[in-house]
Amino acid sequence: MSSTTSTSEAAAPRLSMIVLLSWLVPGGGHFMLKKHYRGALIAASVLIMFVFGLLMRGYMFEPQTGDVLTIIIYVGGFVADLASGIPYVLTKLFGYSQADVAGHVHDYGTKFIVAAGLFNILAMVDAWDIATKKKD
Amino acid sequence: MEPIVKLSHFEATFLFALFSSVILGVVSKKTDKERLRYGLTAFGWYAVTVFGLGWLMYFAHR
Repeated sequence: MSSTTSTSEAAAPRLSMIVLLSWLVPGGGHFMLKKHYRGALIAASVLIMFVFGLLMRGYMFEPQTGDVLTIIIYVGGFVADLASGIPYVLTKLFGYSQADVAGHVHDYGTKFIVAAGLFNILAMVDAWDIATKKKD
Repeated sequence: MEPIVKLSHFEATFLFALFSSVILGVVSKKTDKERLRYGLTAFGWYAVTVFGLGWLMYFAHR
Protein backbone atom coordinates (compact mmCIF):
# COMPACT_ATOMS: atom_id res chain seq x y z
CA MET A 1 0.00 0.00 0.00
CA SER A 2 2.72 2.41 1.02
CA SER A 3 4.84 1.52 -2.03
CA THR A 4 1.82 2.18 -4.29
CA THR A 5 1.30 5.54 -2.64
CA SER A 6 4.96 6.48 -2.98
CA THR A 7 4.96 5.37 -6.65
CA SER A 8 1.91 7.50 -7.42
CA GLU A 9 3.44 10.42 -5.50
CA ALA A 10 6.59 10.07 -7.57
CA ALA A 11 4.56 9.93 -10.80
CA ALA A 12 2.55 13.06 -9.96
CA PRO A 13 5.21 15.64 -10.96
CA ARG A 14 5.78 13.78 -14.24
CA LEU A 15 2.03 13.75 -14.95
CA SER A 16 1.80 17.46 -14.19
CA MET A 17 4.79 18.06 -16.48
CA ILE A 18 3.15 16.11 -19.32
CA VAL A 19 -0.14 18.00 -19.02
CA LEU A 20 1.66 21.35 -18.75
CA LEU A 21 3.79 20.56 -21.79
CA SER A 22 0.70 19.39 -23.71
CA TRP A 23 -0.92 22.72 -22.99
CA LEU A 24 2.07 24.93 -23.78
CA VAL A 25 3.27 23.08 -26.87
CA PRO A 26 0.50 21.37 -28.88
CA GLY A 27 1.47 17.70 -29.20
CA GLY A 28 4.33 18.17 -26.71
CA GLY A 29 2.94 15.71 -24.17
CA HIS A 30 2.68 13.02 -26.84
CA PHE A 31 6.28 13.65 -27.90
CA MET A 32 7.36 13.34 -24.26
CA LEU A 33 5.50 10.02 -24.09
CA LYS A 34 7.26 8.90 -27.29
CA LYS A 35 4.05 8.93 -29.34
CA HIS A 36 5.76 10.89 -32.07
CA TYR A 37 3.44 10.55 -35.03
CA ARG A 38 0.34 11.28 -32.92
CA GLY A 39 2.14 14.28 -31.44
CA ALA A 40 3.01 15.49 -34.93
CA LEU A 41 -0.59 15.13 -36.14
CA ILE A 42 -1.89 17.03 -33.09
CA ALA A 43 0.75 19.76 -33.43
CA ALA A 44 0.04 20.19 -37.13
CA SER A 45 -3.76 20.27 -36.68
CA VAL A 46 -3.73 22.73 -33.77
CA LEU A 47 -1.09 25.04 -35.22
CA ILE A 48 -2.54 25.14 -38.75
CA MET A 49 -6.02 25.88 -37.37
CA PHE A 50 -4.59 28.60 -35.12
CA VAL A 51 -2.54 30.21 -37.90
CA PHE A 52 -5.48 30.12 -40.33
CA GLY A 53 -7.60 31.77 -37.62
CA LEU A 54 -5.03 34.53 -37.23
CA LEU A 55 -4.66 35.00 -40.99
CA MET A 56 -8.42 35.38 -41.25
CA ARG A 57 -8.12 38.05 -38.56
CA GLY A 58 -10.20 36.14 -36.06
CA TYR A 59 -11.11 37.79 -32.77
CA MET A 60 -9.34 36.64 -29.61
CA PHE A 61 -11.80 36.65 -26.73
CA GLU A 62 -11.35 38.75 -23.61
CA PRO A 63 -13.30 37.71 -20.50
CA GLN A 64 -16.44 39.79 -20.08
CA THR A 65 -19.20 39.72 -17.51
CA GLY A 66 -22.86 40.63 -17.87
CA ASP A 67 -25.75 38.33 -18.65
CA VAL A 68 -25.26 34.56 -18.60
CA LEU A 69 -24.90 34.24 -22.38
CA THR A 70 -22.19 36.93 -22.47
CA ILE A 71 -20.27 35.19 -19.69
CA ILE A 72 -20.54 31.80 -21.42
CA ILE A 73 -19.42 33.14 -24.79
CA TYR A 74 -16.65 35.50 -23.70
CA VAL A 75 -15.21 33.59 -20.72
CA GLY A 76 -15.63 30.26 -22.55
CA GLY A 77 -14.04 31.73 -25.68
CA PHE A 78 -11.17 33.16 -23.63
CA VAL A 79 -10.49 29.79 -21.96
CA ALA A 80 -10.60 28.02 -25.33
CA ASP A 81 -8.21 30.60 -26.86
CA LEU A 82 -5.89 30.28 -23.88
CA ALA A 83 -5.86 26.48 -24.26
CA SER A 84 -3.73 26.83 -27.41
CA GLY A 85 -0.76 27.50 -25.11
CA ILE A 86 2.36 29.23 -26.43
CA PRO A 87 0.77 30.23 -29.78
CA TYR A 88 -1.81 32.21 -27.79
CA VAL A 89 0.84 33.82 -25.56
CA LEU A 90 3.01 34.79 -28.56
CA THR A 91 0.03 36.21 -30.43
CA LYS A 92 -0.89 38.41 -27.48
CA LEU A 93 2.74 39.32 -26.78
CA PHE A 94 3.46 40.47 -30.33
CA GLY A 95 0.13 42.25 -30.74
CA TYR A 96 -1.38 40.06 -33.45
CA SER A 97 -4.71 39.67 -31.65
CA GLN A 98 -7.53 41.25 -33.59
CA ALA A 99 -10.43 43.36 -32.43
CA ASP A 100 -13.95 42.00 -32.97
CA VAL A 101 -14.88 42.89 -36.55
CA ALA A 102 -18.06 41.99 -38.42
CA GLY A 103 -17.76 39.70 -41.44
CA HIS A 104 -17.93 36.02 -42.21
CA VAL A 105 -14.18 35.58 -42.77
CA HIS A 106 -13.37 37.19 -39.39
CA ASP A 107 -16.05 35.03 -37.82
CA TYR A 108 -14.56 31.84 -39.27
CA GLY A 109 -11.16 32.99 -38.02
CA THR A 110 -12.55 33.41 -34.50
CA LYS A 111 -14.00 29.90 -34.60
CA PHE A 112 -10.75 28.45 -35.95
CA ILE A 113 -8.76 29.94 -33.05
CA VAL A 114 -11.30 28.62 -30.53
CA ALA A 115 -11.33 25.20 -32.22
CA ALA A 116 -7.52 25.02 -32.10
CA GLY A 117 -7.68 25.51 -28.32
CA LEU A 118 -10.42 22.92 -27.92
CA PHE A 119 -8.39 20.42 -29.99
CA ASN A 120 -5.48 21.05 -27.65
CA ILE A 121 -7.67 20.32 -24.61
CA LEU A 122 -8.57 16.95 -26.21
CA ALA A 123 -4.87 16.33 -26.77
CA MET A 124 -4.11 17.17 -23.12
CA VAL A 125 -6.74 14.67 -21.93
CA ASP A 126 -5.35 12.05 -24.32
CA ALA A 127 -1.79 12.63 -23.06
CA TRP A 128 -3.06 12.24 -19.48
CA ASP A 129 -4.78 8.96 -20.40
CA ILE A 130 -1.60 7.64 -22.03
CA ALA A 131 0.55 8.72 -19.07
CA THR A 132 -1.77 7.04 -16.58
CA LYS A 133 -1.86 3.88 -18.73
CA LYS A 134 -5.59 4.14 -19.37
CA LYS A 135 -4.78 3.78 -23.06
CA ASP A 136 -1.75 2.99 -25.20
CA MET B 1 -7.81 45.06 -40.71
CA GLU B 2 -8.49 43.07 -43.84
CA PRO B 3 -8.06 39.30 -43.57
CA ILE B 4 -4.84 38.02 -45.19
CA VAL B 5 -6.53 34.73 -46.07
CA LYS B 6 -10.11 34.81 -47.32
CA LEU B 7 -11.59 31.34 -47.27
CA SER B 8 -14.98 30.61 -48.77
CA HIS B 9 -17.66 28.92 -46.67
CA PHE B 10 -16.80 25.60 -48.30
CA GLU B 11 -13.04 25.93 -47.82
CA ALA B 12 -13.41 26.92 -44.14
CA THR B 13 -15.79 24.04 -43.50
CA PHE B 14 -13.52 21.60 -45.36
CA LEU B 15 -10.48 22.63 -43.27
CA PHE B 16 -12.43 22.46 -40.02
CA ALA B 17 -13.77 19.00 -40.93
CA LEU B 18 -10.31 17.78 -41.92
CA PHE B 19 -8.47 18.88 -38.79
CA SER B 20 -11.21 17.98 -36.34
CA SER B 21 -11.41 14.50 -37.92
CA VAL B 22 -7.65 14.10 -37.50
CA ILE B 23 -7.83 15.11 -33.82
CA LEU B 24 -10.89 12.94 -33.12
CA GLY B 25 -9.19 9.99 -34.80
CA VAL B 26 -5.94 10.48 -32.89
CA VAL B 27 -7.42 10.86 -29.41
CA SER B 28 -10.39 8.54 -29.42
CA LYS B 29 -9.32 5.02 -30.34
CA LYS B 30 -6.76 2.46 -29.18
CA THR B 31 -5.11 1.08 -32.32
CA ASP B 32 -3.81 2.85 -35.42
CA LYS B 33 -6.24 0.98 -37.65
CA GLU B 34 -9.18 2.05 -35.48
CA ARG B 35 -7.90 5.63 -35.40
CA LEU B 36 -7.62 5.82 -39.18
CA ARG B 37 -11.05 4.30 -39.62
CA TYR B 38 -12.65 6.62 -37.06
CA GLY B 39 -10.97 9.70 -38.58
CA LEU B 40 -12.17 8.80 -42.08
CA THR B 41 -15.68 8.03 -40.78
CA ALA B 42 -15.83 11.39 -38.95
CA PHE B 43 -14.68 13.21 -42.08
CA GLY B 44 -17.25 11.33 -44.17
CA TRP B 45 -20.04 12.32 -41.79
CA TYR B 46 -18.89 15.94 -41.83
CA ALA B 47 -18.97 15.87 -45.65
CA VAL B 48 -22.42 14.26 -45.78
CA THR B 49 -23.78 16.79 -43.26
CA VAL B 50 -22.27 19.78 -45.08
CA PHE B 51 -23.59 18.72 -48.49
CA GLY B 52 -26.95 17.75 -46.97
CA LEU B 53 -27.40 21.06 -45.16
CA GLY B 54 -26.10 22.95 -48.20
CA TRP B 55 -28.73 21.43 -50.49
CA LEU B 56 -31.37 21.88 -47.78
CA MET B 57 -30.60 25.60 -47.58
CA TYR B 58 -30.52 25.85 -51.38
CA PHE B 59 -34.05 24.43 -51.70
CA ALA B 60 -35.31 26.35 -48.64
CA HIS B 61 -34.27 29.67 -50.23
CA ARG B 62 -35.64 29.06 -53.75
